[in-house]
Amino acid sequence: MPTKTAAAADLQQLASDVLARALRAGATDAEAVVYEGDEFSTLVRLGQVETLKESGSRAVGLRVFIASGKAQRTASTSSSDFSRESIDRLVEGAVTLARITSEDPFAGLPEASDFGQHDAAAQHLYFDDVNQQPPADRIRIAREVEAAAMAFDTRIQNSGGGDFDTASSHKILMNSRGFTGEFRRSYCGFSAQPIAHDTDGKMQRDYWYSAARSTRLLEDPVAIGQEAARRTLQRLGARQVRTQQAPVVFSPEIARSIVGNIFDAANGDAIYRHASFFAGMLGERVAGENVTVIDDGTMVFDHKGNLKTGGFGTAPFDGEGLPTRRTVLIEHGILRSYVTNTYTARKLGLARSTGNAARSLAGNPGIGAGNFFLQPGTQPPEQIIADVKSGLYVTETMGFGVNLVTGDYSQGASGMWIENGELAYPVEEITIAGNLKDMYRNISAIGNDLVFRTASAAPTLRIDGMTIAGS
Amino acid sequence: MPLLQTDKTPVPTPDHKRYFIEKLGLTERLMERCLGEALSAGGDYADLYFESVTSTSLGIDESLVKSASQGISVGCGIRVLSGERTGYAYTDDLSSARLLRAARTAALIASGPAKQPIAGFRHTSDKPTLYPITGATADAEIATKLLLIQRADRAARDFDPRITQVRAGFNDELRRILVAASDGTFASDTQPLARLNIFVIAHDATADNGAGSTTRGTSGGGGRVTLDYFEGAHSPEHFAREAARTAILQLNAIAAPAGEMPVVLGPGWPGVLLHEAVGHGLEADFNRKKTSAFAGLIGQKVASEKVTVVDNGRMPNRRGSINVDDEGNPTQETVLIENGILRGYLSDKLSSRLMGAPNTGSGRRESYHHIPMPRMTNTYMLSGTDQPEDIIKSVQRGLYAVNFGGGQVDITNGKFVFSASEAYLIEDGRVTQPVKGATLIGSGPEALKFVSMVGNDLALDEGIGTCGKNGQSVPVGVGMPTTKLDRMTVGGTG
Repeated sequence: MPTKTAAAADLQQLASDVLARALRAGATDAEAVVYEGDEFSTLVRLGQVETLKESGSRAVGLRVFIASGKAQRTASTSSSDFSRESIDRLVEGAVTLARITSEDPFAGLPEASDFGQHDAAAQHLYFDDVNQQPPADRIRIAREVEAAAMAFDTRIQNSGGGDFDTASSHKILMNSRGFTGEFRRSYCGFSAQPIAHDTDGKMQRDYWYSAARSTRLLEDPVAIGQEAARRTLQRLGARQVRTQQAPVVFSPEIARSIVGNIFDAANGDAIYRHASFFAGMLGERVAGENVTVIDDGTMVFDHKGNLKTGGFGTAPFDGEGLPTRRTVLIEHGILRSYVTNTYTARKLGLARSTGNAARSLAGNPGIGAGNFFLQPGTQPPEQIIADVKSGLYVTETMGFGVNLVTGDYSQGASGMWIENGELAYPVEEITIAGNLKDMYRNISAIGNDLVFRTASAAPTLRIDGMTIAGS
Repeated sequence: MPLLQTDKTPVPTPDHKRYFIEKLGLTERLMERCLGEALSAGGDYADLYFESVTSTSLGIDESLVKSASQGISVGCGIRVLSGERTGYAYTDDLSSARLLRAARTAALIASGPAKQPIAGFRHTSDKPTLYPITGATADAEIATKLLLIQRADRAARDFDPRITQVRAGFNDELRRILVAASDGTFASDTQPLARLNIFVIAHDATADNGAGSTTRGTSGGGGRVTLDYFEGAHSPEHFAREAARTAILQLNAIAAPAGEMPVVLGPGWPGVLLHEAVGHGLEADFNRKKTSAFAGLIGQKVASEKVTVVDNGRMPNRRGSINVDDEGNPTQETVLIENGILRGYLSDKLSSRLMGAPNTGSGRRESYHHIPMPRMTNTYMLSGTDQPEDIIKSVQRGLYAVNFGGGQVDITNGKFVFSASEAYLIEDGRVTQPVKGATLIGSGPEALKFVSMVGNDLALDEGIGTCGKNGQSVPVGVGMPTTKLDRMTVGGTG
């Protein structure tokens, strides 16, 4: 249900009221976040609209601090109810809770001099076409993407459906040290999930998608549906391979998660508690010379027709009101920076945060990535595969077998077996295992195929020395 | 679906409902109007799902209470079913104008003549409750909760000087729901949920043959319980020692083996195997759409005859238990696999109507933002007759896995994984060295055919499971006795 968007001024007024009341109730510092969002989703299955969902929601979050000497106590509250009574409880609850927490010399809002923000308009994060698009058009795209997948091959007779989602949000962050910031973001995307049948009745599914900040940048539904079909058909007849050591080539979708583990390992929260294999490694070699990894919360992409859009990880300021920025985590294999919020930066004795605070409605800020990526190499992905005599091309991993304390990595996998440089046959029900510390050093090839389909991205990459377990 | 007419005899309002009627100012008249609006464009069925959740979270870290938060979320989700179609809208503003508007949005899914508005609800008397009814969190309770995490912190540190970091958290919530539907359903429940979590880091500079080793350990538990649950067998000390023990054990763990081998699963949480291998594949929505590897296999052998698996939402105080599901139906015990034969699916209102199958009370949702779908509650395998010692003795060389992280399944090809966090080698019928974590992989419709021994020691997990499906999380339980699978692929490096 599209809610009538409350005037920005009303939401700012709410944030400022909440702050003033928190200070009156005994807080020495406070921070309020007000969030408002609309969402739409539809699923078309076998040509029929199966679900249609449309709604709006809003919520307010409050974080308070009570100083005592150089240390501070802190607590937070949140509510989806904006009634006077509920806001009273929000404020009183936060201050009451804060009094039972411990004094912590590292807690507290950032220094006022650290606040800042980029021009939200120049980041091109919000496009009203996402909200203006008629639901009938969205349903038509969901129908088209599914139909294209189903029509691609007779072995595709069933479907998880074609879907279309939109979301837009409006966020306001305000604190008692003078920061006020707000921005809107829009998102739209669609996907198809076809199901293919073997001659022996075994089924496989896969999917493909398009996502953008503006409807103008969505890809052709027919092309996306056909790609989903190709990916699904490729899995038919998959089998196990025997247990062995062999080179593993990761498709960009999976390379992204292997590289994403670098962000988690460099997370200041894990670093200060020595819960990461990157702890104490600043300035040391943690990966091969060919590896450069960057987090950039400011990226804006240029498109045809003079259109610009901010990345899915782009924002004018982080969850604490610090300007987002570009941080090189690994430069030619050397660990150059951790990623922090204000608390973890202080814990690590750093001059300031890297601007990676991630604020949810309640709780202390966490640490989140902006646009996070591995710098591409020069080899085309086809060449990387062609260079493998016998090895695995991974297109999907499953499970929770990543241990960032030890670096141990063990995941379920499926993909294609490479024989003499060619994708020979599909494989499944196998695992790949190694240790991330070794894996990052053993990246022997990096593709030139870096594409930002989500906030994080990586090109095709090859890692040597992993163990494949199968039959 | 006929709209049910019931008489208007007043019935005493049970406590659960009173909250919505008295505290939130909702009336049955308004609910009837909303349902009427929801069916204004036709449709077979409509329901309103009111939800109010208050939650508290406390965290200790480096022996300091660093985090404390409270949240309130209130709203209503309105659904209209028309054939296989679902229209859905929600609002966090419970004014009659906004509720009626949400109802009109959900109504857009149908296109036909208006259905008659309903003329009264079928008030069901509340069943004996599976868990205590508690009020909103009292301030006095905060002090008790703080003490729990402080005790956990101390116990973990006291366990061994090599424990260098301890983080403990206590999270609880009180969820009130009320479901009013055009089939006359009028049901409500108040669902408490609490959980204590411990995370520790161990460091030993001399471990791993002098190379030095840093490891982690986690533990936790809870359920739909009051605070006194966390004494005795479920004390913070119990959970803290368990987390510390696993971390210390891992300091000198060797590489897990790689390849196919016999696997013995310990009792309790390893039941996550069942949740992934068969549970998801038996959810009725996937079978109605024939997207599950288990579709069409009812009555067929999908496991060894030693295997009987049930889903039971009616176990007192369990994390996965609920008095009524999120469509207002009472939960039940459902036999999924009986002596190796597939018996039934887990269904909700939509699936049971479209498949002509019984409704198992499995319609669940994460919150009022979400459309309900068939979900598990507490899923476990019944005890067999083998002695756990005999099961270990029967293995020449294999893996004994007693604790796991999470699991995941592709329901279409049936492939599932679950990742061991505490495991040992079995050599010549004896449990020998601890091994590092490893992921195990198998195929759902095949894996349980290799079950050759089932212990007499069924146990349920400690109350830590959260299941994700289509982006929705719900609390669940799992359980199993000591079980031997003659072969499974173990994803180590050794």
